[in-house]
Amino acid sequence: MTNTPSSSAMSATLAAPAAGGPWGLFGRRKSASKPPEETDAKRVQFNSRLLPYLFLAPQMAIIFVFFYWPSVQAIHSSFYLEDPFGFGSTFVGLANYTDVLKSGEYLGIARFTAVFTALVTFFSLAIGLLLAVKADGVIRGNATYKTLLIWVYAIAPPVAGLMGMMMFDQHIGPLVKFAAFFGWDLKVGLNYNDTAFAMIVVSVWKQIPYNFIFFLSGLQGIPVSVREAALMDCRSGFRRFWTVILPLLAPTAFFLLIINTTYALFDTFGVIDVMVKDKAANNPITLVYKVYMDGFRGNDLGGSSAQSVILMIIVFVLTIFQFRFIERRVHYN
Amino acid sequence: MAAINITNVSKIYAGGVEAVKSVSIDIADGEFIVLVGPSGCGKSTLLRMVAGLEAISKGTVEIGDRVINDVEPAERDIAMVFQNYALYPHMTVYNNLAYGLKNRGTPKAEIDARVAEAARMLEIEQYLSRKPRALSGGQRQRVAMGRAIVRKPAAFLFDEPLSNLDAKLRVSMRGEIKQLQKRLGTTSLYVTHDQLEAMTLADRLVVLNGGQIEQIGKPLDVYHTPASTFVASFIGSPAMNLLRGTRDGNQLHFGSQVLDLGRAPAFPGQVTVGIRAEDLRIATPGEQALTLKVDYIEELGAQRLVHGTIDGKKLTASLSPEIEIGETMPLTIAPERLHFFDADTGKRLAQPFAVSEGKRVERLEIAGA
Ligand SMILES: Nc1ncnc2c1ncn2[C@@H]1O[C@H](COP(=O)(O)OP(=O)(O)OP(=O)(O)O)[C@@H](O)[C@H]1O
Ligand SMILES: [Mg+2]
Repeated sequence: MTNTPSSSAMSATLAAPAAGGPWGLFGRRKSASKPPEETDAKRVQFNSRLLPYLFLAPQMAIIFVFFYWPSVQAIHSSFYLEDPFGFGSTFVGLANYTDVLKSGEYLGIARFTAVFTALVTFFSLAIGLLLAVKADGVIRGNATYKTLLIWVYAIAPPVAGLMGMMMFDQHIGPLVKFAAFFGWDLKVGLNYNDTAFAMIVVSVWKQIPYNFIFFLSGLQGIPVSVREAALMDCRSGFRRFWTVILPLLAPTAFFLLIINTTYALFDTFGVIDVMVKDKAANNPITLVYKVYMDGFRGNDLGGSSAQSVILMIIVFVLTIFQFRFIERRVHYN
Repeated sequence: MAAINITNVSKIYAGGVEAVKSVSIDIADGEFIVLVGPSGCGKSTLLRMVAGLEAISKGTVEIGDRVINDVEPAERDIAMVFQNYALYPHMTVYNNLAYGLKNRGTPKAEIDARVAEAARMLEIEQYLSRKPRALSGGQRQRVAMGRAIVRKPAAFLFDEPLSNLDAKLRVSMRGEIKQLQKRLGTTSLYVTHDQLEAMTLADRLVVLNGGQIEQIGKPLDVYHTPASTFVASFIGSPAMNLLRGTRDGNQLHFGSQVLDLGRAPAFPGQVTVGIRAEDLRIATPGEQALTLKVDYIEELGAQRLVHGTIDGKKLTASLSPEIEIGETMPLTIAPERLHFFDADTGKRLAQPFAVSEGKRVERLEIAGA
């Protein structure tokens, strides 16, 4: 009997198919590195060359009607002086632009917009991240909690916005009363700084659920074993967060940075509108609101168009900057 | 380097599942212990309790005379190699290795030296500046090993580190791990469900079943003297044949078939008889034999597995390929090569023919018995 236990067992193991293979696990879990085959497998083959364009058509039509067409219109009218009473228009070249850029009021608003955007973006990202990190610790593996928290996303933004504004209501707003308790006579809509403060708070408040959900799902996508490896390599939870969790969350954070910048620039219009209630005189407003004021209140279509074009350029430059200088530092799986 | 003492450790998960039941293992300094058992038997749970990734419900774990039940994982002076490697995807291989050292405030020059040494040992020098995603499974495995080695911990913990590799690579990595561990002399606790991996790596095996230790012993002791039918069927491939037998005087009856033992063994009438496939041999003409009705044959090259039945019960024999196979084959076995287990509890009964067995196999330790 020449048969040793290990040799007979080894041949049996060799004969069995390699369970899973090296990619088995990476494919199934949302894990650190996806094999290139994975992406290839998702590529769809179309029989007709036309079909993919047909599928794209509705989206393209919407983008064209609601984005390209108005943009072209805006660029066109920014070179004209529109008669306020609708009796034709005169070509004025770059006069609308020079007027806008020379106006001290406009530059002041631009400065406020920059500060406002930076603060709203920073705080809504930071608070959203903080809440997500806290929630992630609690709900790991608990599906019920997760579902409940994700509901926030479905119901919160409009309601939250409304509630936020009621908080600052001059007569019934609890935050106004709370401020009064500390001797701060909060006059939203009357005092420049108070209004700016309320605008930032409500804008941040409205955006937190959105950021929270994205950060939370980003956190849940970080492989458990990587966190555990970090746990054995690094004692300080704070340091682990900065060196492992946050870098792995960077793609989410970068996406949210762009979304939030755009939000602060444009989507805060409603908040501002309610706060300043058309009395922009002594109140802080952003560039978008100024476009609306000049175009629809002041009937200066040319000037307002020039402002829109300037805004477009700002967003364009900002986005390019973000992609060129920040995205490079982002780790994608 | 340190000894690890696991004393009466239990794990009760929320919901009342008792995954590990009062397990005690004393691991000597520098010893390579392999935890082996079927899926769900609590191997990973036990390992993770030692690692600090899972709270210890009952009992104590000591690493080098220090009870570490409430010590942070990073402070336990251990390093772990994970099944899916768990490399930091955003860090280069160098930084993956250096991360743990940096966090411990190791001087830069020493980090460099240690990373270089580990990289040389594992032959991953040329990948140091790559990110893990640009490595193959086997290379990632090496990096994961490197991350454990550079720390120079008191103990290595491995949770099925080879199960994501293909069969061939698994065999070669297995050899490397064994060599590396011998060279570094670091106490190791290794989890696998692959009994062959367990046999080849272990200084001592711990066979777990349902959260309890079935047997602790040197691989060959466990192989030759399994403490229970569970161990007998789990360790060794093909699995040990287990048949119900009835003693009648000097004879052992398997249904209608009879094996003469030569003298009366001292155990109850009903037993479970264990027969290793390679212990069976063709009976010489005239010798008393069991008649195997052959069903099919598995060719393994060096030997041939003959699967069949005796009196309707399955039996596998490992025979030399030179032997001609008929429809039925007369098989016999030396009585001292038989294993006897209690028919009800499955526990091993003392070998009644222990004289010759004692020569072949050293005494073994049976835990929990
Ligand atoms: N978080 C948990 N909560 C409740 N039960 C758990 C938990 N984790 C594991 N278990 C249970 O504990 C038992 C042991 O699990 P464990 O992961 O230790 O098995 P294992 O021996 O490592 O198996 P495998 O070889 O499949 O990895 C299983 O029955 C499992 O269902
Ligand atoms: Mg396991």
